[in-house]
Amino acid sequence: MGKAWKFGDNISTDLIAPGMYFHLRSNLPELAKHVLEGARPDFASLVQDGDFVVAGENFGLGSSREHAPVIIKMAGTRAVLAKSFARIFYRNCINIGLPAMTCDTDGIDEGDELELDMENGIILDKTKGKEITFPPLPPVMNKIMQEGGLVAYIKAHRSLEI
Amino acid sequence: MEGKTLSEKIIGEHCGKDVKAGEVVVVNVDLSYVQDGTGPLTVRRMAEMGLEKAYDPQRTVFFFDHASPSPRMELSNDHEFLRDFARKTGIILSDVGYGISHHNVLEKYARPCDIIVGADSHTCTGGALGAFATGMGSTDVAVAIALGRTWMRVPDTYLVEVSGRLPKGVYSKDIILHLIGKITSNGATYKALEFTGDTIAALSTAARSTIANMAVESGAKVGLFPPDGETRKFLGLMGREEAFRELGSDEDAVFEKRIEINAEELEPTIACPHLVDNTKTVSEVGKVKVDEVFIGTSCNGRLEDLHIAVSILKGNRISRDTRVIVTPASRMVYLEALRDGTIETLVEAGALVTAPGCGACVGVHEGVLGDGDVCLATQPRNFKGRMGNPNSFIYLGSPAVAAATALTGEITDPREVM
Repeated sequence: MGKAWKFGDNISTDLIAPGMYFHLRSNLPELAKHVLEGARPDFASLVQDGDFVVAGENFGLGSSREHAPVIIKMAGTRAVLAKSFARIFYRNCINIGLPAMTCDTDGIDEGDELELDMENGIILDKTKGKEITFPPLPPVMNKIMQEGGLVAYIKAHRSLEI
Repeated sequence: MEGKTLSEKIIGEHCGKDVKAGEVVVVNVDLSYVQDGTGPLTVRRMAEMGLEKAYDPQRTVFFFDHASPSPRMELSNDHEFLRDFARKTGIILSDVGYGISHHNVLEKYARPCDIIVGADSHTCTGGALGAFATGMGSTDVAVAIALGRTWMRVPDTYLVEVSGRLPKGVYSKDIILHLIGKITSNGATYKALEFTGDTIAALSTAARSTIANMAVESGAKVGLFPPDGETRKFLGLMGREEAFRELGSDEDAVFEKRIEINAEELEPTIACPHLVDNTKTVSEVGKVKVDEVFIGTSCNGRLEDLHIAVSILKGNRISRDTRVIVTPASRMVYLEALRDGTIETLVEAGALVTAPGCGACVGVHEGVLGDGDVCLATQPRNFKGRMGNPNSFIYLGSPAVAAATALTGEITDPREVM
């Protein structure tokens, strides 16, 4: 169980992993101290293990920098929930084993207690006493996610078969 | 059997079977590349996978363009890490000074109908030559480098038909900004954009590369220009005419959507802070004072772009209150601009010319904005914080809007000074 941190539409990778910290990309623990700083300067200091990033449309648009989902995950985030995701960011999330769920986030408010049930495709908003459903990942992404990400997948299979 | 789109044909060739939009397939990759911001993580991912060799080192390139030359020791160390790996594996190194990955790819590597993956979102620039070129993250590109393959969903296609003669002062940048304003920043997510029409046929490869480059700003996976006579000409100029191949969508191909743009109705267009789809015509915006003008990047740093700026700046002085930074896209562009006097004219007008690369667009060096600064840039992106400072404001426009703005110190319609 974790708390919801609400963000709006069009949260770009420049807001998640700002270019001004470009020199920290090979020092991810330091970079993670600035996660989502462009959208919410105090986020990194407030987020707790198991919390959720909850956003609107087109989350993660912009750069291909995989560092963006990596530092969201390093901050302890359980999952990112958004109405829609930008393509590269979404693929990066799955590749690094960060659950990214597409669902209606309008009913979730900042601070709501959430629980993620990956198997049944349900987010339980305990504060509201409501269930929000999300569609399963596409089969190929589900396979990669099940194995903990693309690195683990390739290590296990030594090839890319889908 | 119904016809196929260009995307379906290219992907089908690379997985050895007929495919339709919506299918997920594993394809062979013709070219994989990274840049210095994404490359170190790519190399670490290869180590984690225990695959520290390139499938085809001569079709793999490491480009140093984001921090180039390096402004900090951390980034110098990243460069050294990548150089060392390239030496060990035989991967091609495009070191500082050679410029932006995507433009070196157009000049030296991309072939029509190739599948190209790059760890940079603007990899779609390769669509200007009819290559199915798309950006991915470090781990995906690590797999493509090591195994020569990647997986992808065959995209549905939006056919964008642009017709009519471009009015004076209106360029390909205005076409793509207009399109993104119309369909929004996620209007084409997961889709292939394919460009057609007599306006497109008349565009140079440089002008097409501006449009292909910004396809991703609408969420698209690729921005494809079916290879034609212009493509053959460009490849010939690069000494690679043998790479030319003609291929296009079938007449009865299934397009998910058709978007028509009348070029004759377009006006100089800009994207206002802090989103690319926040577009307005220059006349709608009115006068906005500008502190920095930046001409260059993967979007508008080719010789043709610098020539457009020169046509407005030649014999004039830039505004006293505005600094103007020009960054050629590649070493080839830089050399040509030196030889034909372009650089001299720009410097005489008061501009500053940097080494080829991404320059100020990535917020790392060569023109980081100050608090409250307003910038008019020819780059593809204006997100908050993009140019290294969340307290600054970025407008995007064509090289003509940039040059006109440089003269007056406020956002200016180029037709007023042409």
